[in-house]
Amino acid sequence: MRKWKGTFALLFLLAVSWLLIVSSVAFVELIAGAVAIVVIVLLTHRSRDLFGGLRLSLKALLFTPIYLMVFLWQLIRSNLDIARRVLSPSLPINPGIVKVQTQLQSSLGKLILANSITLTPGTLTLDVEGSSLYVHWVDVKGTDADAATQSIVAGFERTLMEVVE
Amino acid sequence: MVILGNILIFIGSLFLALGGLGLIRMPDVYNRLQAGTKATTLGAMGVILGSAFLAPEMLTKAVLLIVFIAMANPVSSSTIGRSAYKGGVPLASRSVRDDWEKEEAAE
Amino acid sequence: MTPIIIVSLVLIGLSALLTVIRLLAGPTPFDRLMASDTLTVIATAFLVLFSVISGGTDLYIDVAIVYAVIGFIGVVTIARFLKGGK
Repeated sequence: MRKWKGTFALLFLLAVSWLLIVSSVAFVELIAGAVAIVVIVLLTHRSRDLFGGLRLSLKALLFTPIYLMVFLWQLIRSNLDIARRVLSPSLPINPGIVKVQTQLQSSLGKLILANSITLTPGTLTLDVEGSSLYVHWVDVKGTDADAATQSIVAGFERTLMEVVE
Repeated sequence: MVILGNILIFIGSLFLALGGLGLIRMPDVYNRLQAGTKATTLGAMGVILGSAFLAPEMLTKAVLLIVFIAMANPVSSSTIGRSAYKGGVPLASRSVRDDWEKEEAAE
Repeated sequence: MTPIIIVSLVLIGLSALLTVIRLLAGPTPFDRLMASDTLTVIATAFLVLFSVISGGTDLYIDVAIVYAVIGFIGVVTIARFLKGGK
């Protein structure tokens, strides 16, 4: 079941990408795309369960745009934050590496979370080991690991939990 | 549409320039990665979306490119940061905390 | 070409220049790698903009897509190589 879900998600993703690239529905283009997609699906048979972490439900579908909105808003905020730090003459940074915990189980969930953390204000994921993430933080506040987890991970995790496992 | 496209292109290139400035000013490779990744991701997204507003026939390819940049850019900077740490590049001297080093020392 | 586009081109050129300074200055190989990664993204954005100002041919955006993909794969490969091992 999990494998079939992964195959389906991969097929869908590749088909959408192909349609966006050729931006036409001519017969020849569709045939070429279908051949390429079948070859890719067969070649990537072993690493199929990356997309197995997707939840297929109405709620997940509903939360995807919400997640994208949160993501875009955080990206804009982080850019303003970086701009403020870079432009101020005294360079107000207070960097360090903190370890935070995540409750997401699937590797797809961790991948998306790591990417999101990298694009949120002042944080950069360096490594993922099991359920803990090592995050480089431009402006470390306090020394408490739980507080760091709260302020870095929790905002995304709640929305992301609804979309992936 | 054209005005919006121009504004997006201007904002995007402004952030690209800020990213370049961040690359020069930040003290170590990790902070530079932070400035570089965030600024260039939003900057490139802005420029590409703005260009798509000016030439609507390339909108589909522009959307694909924006999605690709949003997914690939954080991955590449995480990979660089990780190999820099494993490769022994020290944090800047003004860094205040390093949980990872503690872990590796404990093992 | 509107004045805003010209100013934007200057800003993109400035950011590429600053990135090249970091690429030449180093000091570690990872700094250079990160600078070339940034340069890839800047070049992608420039190619898309150039595709518009060169008269609406969408040839350059195809170049930009391929360039972005190849740049990404190259940077990840070199980063893994520089780490050594795995």
